[in-house]
Amino acid sequence: MKLAIASGKGGTGKSMVAANLAYTLALTEPVTIVDCDVEEPNLHLFFPATATGKDVTVPVPAIVEFACKHCGKCSEFCQFGALTVLPDRVLFFSELCHSCGGCTLVCPKGAIHEEPKRVGVLELSAPLPGLKLISGTLDAGSPHAVPVIRDAKKQAAGDPEVILDTAPGTSCPVVEALDGCDACILVTESTPFGLHDLQLAVDVAARLGVPAGVVINRSDGKDKATLQFCIDHDLDILLTIPFDREIAAIQSRGDLLCRVRPEWQKDFLAIFLKCRALPGVE
Amino acid sequence: MIRFAVISGKGGTGKTMVTAALACLLKGNLVLADCDVDAANLELLFSPELIRTDPFTGMKCAVIDPSICVLCGECEAYCRFDAVEWKDGMYSINPYRCEGCAVCTYVCPASVVSMQPRQTGEIKYSKTSCGHLVHARLLPGAGNSGLLVHAVKKIAMERDGTCDLFLIDGPPGTGCPLISTISGTDAVLVVTEPSVSGIHDLKRVVTVCRQFRPRILVAINRFDLDAFQAGEIEVWCRTEKIPLIGKIPFDPAVIQAVREGIPVTRAGTSPAAQAIQILAANLEQELKHVGNSR
Repeated sequence: MKLAIASGKGGTGKSMVAANLAYTLALTEPVTIVDCDVEEPNLHLFFPATATGKDVTVPVPAIVEFACKHCGKCSEFCQFGALTVLPDRVLFFSELCHSCGGCTLVCPKGAIHEEPKRVGVLELSAPLPGLKLISGTLDAGSPHAVPVIRDAKKQAAGDPEVILDTAPGTSCPVVEALDGCDACILVTESTPFGLHDLQLAVDVAARLGVPAGVVINRSDGKDKATLQFCIDHDLDILLTIPFDREIAAIQSRGDLLCRVRPEWQKDFLAIFLKCRALPGVE
Repeated sequence: MIRFAVISGKGGTGKTMVTAALACLLKGNLVLADCDVDAANLELLFSPELIRTDPFTGMKCAVIDPSICVLCGECEAYCRFDAVEWKDGMYSINPYRCEGCAVCTYVCPASVVSMQPRQTGEIKYSKTSCGHLVHARLLPGAGNSGLLVHAVKKIAMERDGTCDLFLIDGPPGTGCPLISTISGTDAVLVVTEPSVSGIHDLKRVVTVCRQFRPRILVAINRFDLDAFQAGEIEVWCRTEKIPLIGKIPFDPAVIQAVREGIPVTRAGTSPAAQAIQILAANLEQELKHVGNSR
C-alpha cells in the first residue's frame, strides 16, 4: 500500500505521524518512507543515518550560439517566459523554465539541445533494520519542488509498503505526492485553522480520488467541530493524540513517541490497518 | 512604503497569529496580504468585510477535442508531465498534471489540442479593522500558487500603495510561493519554534532569504516548551548576526483567541500578548532602520 500523510495546515504533525507509523511497521515488516516535503524535509532528523546522495536534475535548454539565427521562435513559444531573444544573443532564465522541451522542438535550426541542471538531491539511507528512508531535498532558492518529489517517489517504486510524508498546503507539491497513492491520512489539530485547512485537504484528496482518514493531533478535547465535520463527510477518525507536554518534548528533540513510549505502537499499527480497510482501498 | 513579510520555513509555528497581532499593534496605516494562498487563514482572525472578488486565471490548460482527434498519440509521447491520459478509447488531458507548456498543441498533426484559460482561484479584497486585506483562494489541487501570490501582492500595491506598511502573512516552505512572497520585501520575520524541525527549517529558509535582499529577523514562538532548543536558536542567531526580536511563551490564550476569531492581543493581557507587544516594539525599531537605509 502507498499511504500518504497530508494536511492543509502546516505544523499539525504530519512528520510525527509518518515517522511513528514507519517506525512501528518496520518492527515487523519492510517499510519505505519517502519525505516528499522537499522544501523543508524533516524525517531525516528522526532517523539519523549515513545516506548516499543522488542528484535530481531537470533538462534545461542550452543554445548552440553559432547555429542560432536569433529568429525568436523559442521565446515566442515558451509559455513561461524563460527565453528572451536579443539581436545578438539569447537570455535564459532557468528558474522560470518548466523543462517541457518545447524550445528544442520549435527551433528551426536545431540550435537548442538540453543539458541536465541540478534542482535538488535524494538521500537514501537505511536507518533501522527493515526501514528504508528516501529523503528529497530541494536546493535552496530553487522553485521546482515537483521534479524532486517525482524522483523521490520513483525511487520507492515496487516497494511493498510505502509511507509518503507530504508538504503542507493544497497545490502542486501535494498533488504530486498524493497522485497514485492508495490512501491518505489527513492530520489536523482542534483549532479553527486546523479545521479550515482540513476541509481543503479533504477536497484535494477527493478530487484526486484518494480515500482519506483523519488523525487529530494535539487535541485539547475541544474537537466537536472537527468530529462533526468528519461525520458529515464520512471520514474515519483513525486516531486522536492528546496535547501533552511530554509528547511535545519527545517530538521537539527529534525522538519518536513509539520508541520512547512503546505503548503507543498498537495505536499506530491500528491506523495502518484502518487505512487498509478504508472504503475504496484495494 | 515598507514591505514586510512574516514567514517560517516550517508550517504551524504561528505566522498567522503573529501577523494578526502585529497588524493591531504596529503604528501607521497598513495594508495586509495573506500570501499563504494554499491555506489562507488570516481572514479567520479579522471577520473581514468583503469589498470585491476578482477571478484568478493561472497558466492555460490544454484541451483535446475528442470529436476530431486522430488518436495518433503524439501528444502523449511528447508530454513530459504525464498529463495526457488514455481512457475509454480516447485521449484527454488531466488538468491537475498539465503545466500549460503547449507542447501538445505543437506536435499534434491534426490541430485538435488547444490551450484554454482556466480559473484556478480568486482574489478577495476586504476591509478589516486594521486596514485593507488582500487574500486569495486557490482551488484545491490547482497549480500556480507562486503566480497567485504575485497577483495578490500586485493588487495590494496598486490599491493601497500609499500605506506606510505592507504586512504580509507568508506561506511555509522554501519553494515557489515563498520565493514569490519575499521577492521585493524590505524585511522578513521568521517565526520559528524550539524543535529540531523548527531549527532545521529556520536555517534553510534563511539560506533562501539571503539570495534576496530583505533584512532578516527572527522570533521564537512557544520558546518555553524546550528551553534547550530555544537556547540553540539564540546562539545560532547571534553567530549569524540575525536579530532575535521576540520570544513568545506557550499560552492557551493563543488557541482561545483563534477559537474566538480575534488576534490574541485583543483578547486581554495574556503572557503571549505581552510578549508580542515587546516583539512589536522591537520590530518598529528594526523597520525604522530599514526605512532610513532606503
